[in-house]
Amino acid sequence: MLEYKELKEGQVLEPLTKEPVTKVQLVQYAGASGDFNPLHTDDEFAKSIGMNGVIAHGMLVMGFLGEYVMKLAGTNAETTRFRMRFGAMTRPGDVITCSAVVKELYEEAGKKYVSLSLTAAKSSEETVGSGQAVLKFY
Amino acid sequence: MVNLDQSIVGVSGEVFSFEVEKRHIRQFAHAIGDRNPLYTDQNYAENTFYGGLIAPPTFPVAISSEGGGLPLTLDERRMLHGEQEFIYYKPIRPGDRLSCQMKVTDLYEKEGKSGTMQFLVIDTEMKDEAGEMVVISRMNIVYRPLPR
Repeated sequence: MLEYKELKEGQVLEPLTKEPVTKVQLVQYAGASGDFNPLHTDDEFAKSIGMNGVIAHGMLVMGFLGEYVMKLAGTNAETTRFRMRFGAMTRPGDVITCSAVVKELYEEAGKKYVSLSLTAAKSSEETVGSGQAVLKFY
Repeated sequence: MVNLDQSIVGVSGEVFSFEVEKRHIRQFAHAIGDRNPLYTDQNYAENTFYGGLIAPPTFPVAISSEGGGLPLTLDERRMLHGEQEFIYYKPIRPGDRLSCQMKVTDLYEKEGKSGTMQFLVIDTEMKDEAGEMVVISRMNIVYRPLPR
């Protein structure tokens, strides 16, 4: 969990490595998110449109980054903004690591904020998502 | 190829209502593999500044998918979800009844390798029963030219 007074701009934060993505997880995520695009759950469909097989929902990867941001924020800070740009595709078996760098520390209306630059990448270092989150400290 | 024009900015979908269920939050967090007790452990969550259980930060995507969409004819083959953003005003909590509406908020162009690309910004505003904003879910959609 981050402590505001210990943060410095440019600081690299401890990363979070997720368990490998599984097909069962994609089915669970389809059900929980309501995104039933068969590209994420049906290998035959995915192959019929020229893919090697199913790919993960981009929003699942954003969910990994969200888990990471909330872990960093813990019970010291609240997330006020969170965005992600989608990169390379994630496939079952891929191991995603979330990492962050402290971009900016600032105060606004008497509250302390930190903005983080976020990256989600495969073990091949291919970026699957990059983004930013703003945390407000209490 | 017919491109989108500025008249679509401001087009909005019907207001829809969404009830946030504890079980749905748990399933959503479980699918991600996110074991943060703020989503599932009532006692733990009550003793934080949140004062109770909350939903994970990407949960609004499950809310947006319940909406009926926009009264527009868009070519899905040309649409690519390029970016997603959430702007949070209040945490989403189990028991919330959110009133939600999708709106086209921007359309802009950029030159790309395969010609002019259009970008469509679609917001889903989610408000509580008092009419106060809870979260805005902002999708940035790339509207690509189809390969010839």
